[in-house]
Amino acid sequence: MRRLTLPVAFAVLVAVVVVAPFAVSNYRTYQLALVGLFLVALLGLDVLTGFTGQISLGHGAFMGIGAYTTTILVVDHHWRDLWTIPLAGVVAGIVGLAFGIPATRFAGPYLALATFAIPLSFIGVLKRFPHFTGGNVGKNLPQTQAEFGWHTSPSIWLYTISWVCALVMLPLAFWIVRGRFGRAMRAVRDSEIASTANGVSTAATKTAAFGISAFYCGVAGALYALAINYVNPDTFPIDLSILLIVGIVVGGAGSLYGMVFGALFVEFIRISWGPAILDLFSKVHHVNTHAPGSGLVVYGVVLLVVLYVAPAGVAGLVRSATRLPSFLRRKDDASLSDPGLV
Amino acid sequence: MQTFFQTLFTGLSDGAVYGSLALALVLIYKATEVINFAQGEMAMFTTYIAWALMDHGAAWKWWAFFATLAIAFLGGAAIQQTLIRPLERASVLTAVMATIALLVILNGLAGWIWSPQLQFFPSPFPTSSWDVGGVHIAKQDVGTFGIVMACVLVLWLFFRFTKLGLAMRAGALNPAAARLMGVRTSWLLALGWGFAAALGAVSGMMVAPTIFLTPNMMQAVLIYAFAAAVLGGLESPVGAVAGGLALGVLLNMLGQYVHPVTTELRLPVALAILLVVLLIKPAGLFGRVVVRRV
Repeated sequence: MRRLTLPVAFAVLVAVVVVAPFAVSNYRTYQLALVGLFLVALLGLDVLTGFTGQISLGHGAFMGIGAYTTTILVVDHHWRDLWTIPLAGVVAGIVGLAFGIPATRFAGPYLALATFAIPLSFIGVLKRFPHFTGGNVGKNLPQTQAEFGWHTSPSIWLYTISWVCALVMLPLAFWIVRGRFGRAMRAVRDSEIASTANGVSTAATKTAAFGISAFYCGVAGALYALAINYVNPDTFPIDLSILLIVGIVVGGAGSLYGMVFGALFVEFIRISWGPAILDLFSKVHHVNTHAPGSGLVVYGVVLLVVLYVAPAGVAGLVRSATRLPSFLRRKDDASLSDPGLV
Repeated sequence: MQTFFQTLFTGLSDGAVYGSLALALVLIYKATEVINFAQGEMAMFTTYIAWALMDHGAAWKWWAFFATLAIAFLGGAAIQQTLIRPLERASVLTAVMATIALLVILNGLAGWIWSPQLQFFPSPFPTSSWDVGGVHIAKQDVGTFGIVMACVLVLWLFFRFTKLGLAMRAGALNPAAARLMGVRTSWLLALGWGFAAALGAVSGMMVAPTIFLTPNMMQAVLIYAFAAAVLGGLESPVGAVAGGLALGVLLNMLGQYVHPVTTELRLPVALAILLVVLLIKPAGLFGRVVVRRV
C-alpha cells in the first residue's frame, strides 16, 4: 500500500500539471509557471533544510546567480535561452560548493547566520562590477520563444519548461534523499555526533547538500529570469531568501511533496493572498495596509502561526488527516509516520 | 601617517559597534544555544523608538537614550517569555525559525510605521574633532567607542561580581544543575534576552548617526557582528569585543589602502574574512576547541 502512494501521487501531480493550462486563464498559467520554478527552488532548499537540517537564509542569491548566468549568456553571448538553464544550475551549484566547503564547518544555526551574508554580498558584487552585470540598472532579456517549431503563447511555453524542470527534478530529489547519501543527510540532521561516530563525514555531507540545493536554486533562477524578462540587484533581495524559507516551513520541511504546497503558497501569498489578508485587516482597524513593509509582516506572522500550530506544515496536516483511525491501524504504524523536521 | 591614524580611530569606533552587537549574539547563544537572527532588527526597531522619542531625530536627548535602553530590555525579556519560551522543548531549528519570523516582522513593522525612507539620527557628540599632532580624531568616534566600552564594562561587572550574574552564568553552563540548586532559569533567560536587546539598542543608536536610520540598516551590521564573533571564537565574550575591534580596523584599512575594495565590497570582504577564519582556525582567535562527550 505504502509502496504505491508515491507513484500514484506523482501520477496525479503530472495529470494535474498537464490539464491545468487548459482550465485556467493565460495569466493564471503564467502564475502557475512561477509555482513550478519556485517548486524547483524549494525542493533544493528542502534537501538542505528539511533533510540535512541546515537553515539557509541565502538561497535567493543562488537563484540570482542562476538568473544572471542565463541573462549574461543570452544577452551578451547570444545563447538560446533554453540551453542556459542547466548551465545556470551548474554555475550556482559550483558557487554553492565553494561557499559550502568552509561554511559547513559551522554547527547548526551558525551556518544560517553565515548564509545571511550571501544575498547582501551578492548585491554588493553586482554593483561593484557593472560592466559584467549591468550594475544598478541590470539587464533586460528578450521574451522567451517556444522552441522545436512549436507555436504557442509565451505563458504556455514558460509553463511547459518550468514544469518539465520541476517534474524532472522532483523524482531526482526523491532519488537523492532515498539512498545512502540521503541516510547520511538525515543522520547529520538528527545528530551530528552520532553520525560522525558512525563514519559519516558531516562536513562532506553538508557541503554536498549545499551544492545540490544551490544547483536547484540556480535552475529556478534561470527560469525566473525568463519569466520576468529582466534582472537587477533589487530582483533578488534578502526577502526572497526569507520567502523561500517560509515556503519550506509552510509546505513541511522534510517532505518533498509538501513543497508543492510550499510553492503554491510562495507564489500566491506574494501576489494574491498577502494583500487579501491585509485588506481584511484594514476593514477591522483603520490602518494603511498598502504601506511598504506590510507584506513582510504577513510573511512573518504566517511563519510564526505555522511554527506554533502546524510545525510539520501542510505535509504534516495531510499526513495526520489521511492516517487511518487508531482502531484500524496496526501497532507499528505509528513508528512509520515521520514527525517531520521543524 | 596621519591618514593611517585617522583610519585606525574610525576603525576602532566602527569596531566597537560591531563588537557590542557581537557580544549580544554571544550572550544569547551562551545562555540558550539559540542564535537570535532578530538581534539586528531588534536593535533597529529600538533605534526607531529612540528616534521617535527624540522628536523624530530633532536633537539628541540623554533621557530618551536611557528610556530606550529600558524599553529594549523589557521588550527583549517579553519576546523571550512570549515567543521563544513556548518553543523551549521544540528543536533548535524551530526556535531559530521563530527568530527569523521575528526578524521579518520587525523589519516590516518598522517600514510600515515609520516608512522605509532614510531618516537623520542625531549624535550625542559634536561633529568637530581634536587635532593631536596633525591627526584629526573625530569626537564622535571617541564618544561612540567610550559609550560602547562603558556598556560592555558594566555588563562584565554584572556577570563577574553580582549574585544574579553568577546565577545566569550557572544557568548557561548547566541548566539542569542550576535548576536543582534553586535557580529560576526561565526568568534568567528572559533577563539574558533583555540585556542582549539593550546592548543591541546601544549599538543601533551609536551606528545610526553615521549610516542613517532605515529598516535595513542593521542587516549589514549584523553580518559584521557575526564575523566579529567568529573571529573571536563565538563563545568568548572578550573575543567578541576584540574580534569586533579587529574587524572594524581591518575593514577600514582595506577600504583606505586597497583600491579595488570599494564600499560595495565591504560586506563581501567581511564574508571572505569570515570564511578564511573558518578554514584556518575554526575555533576563532580566542575560542577553544570544544570536545564533546556523548
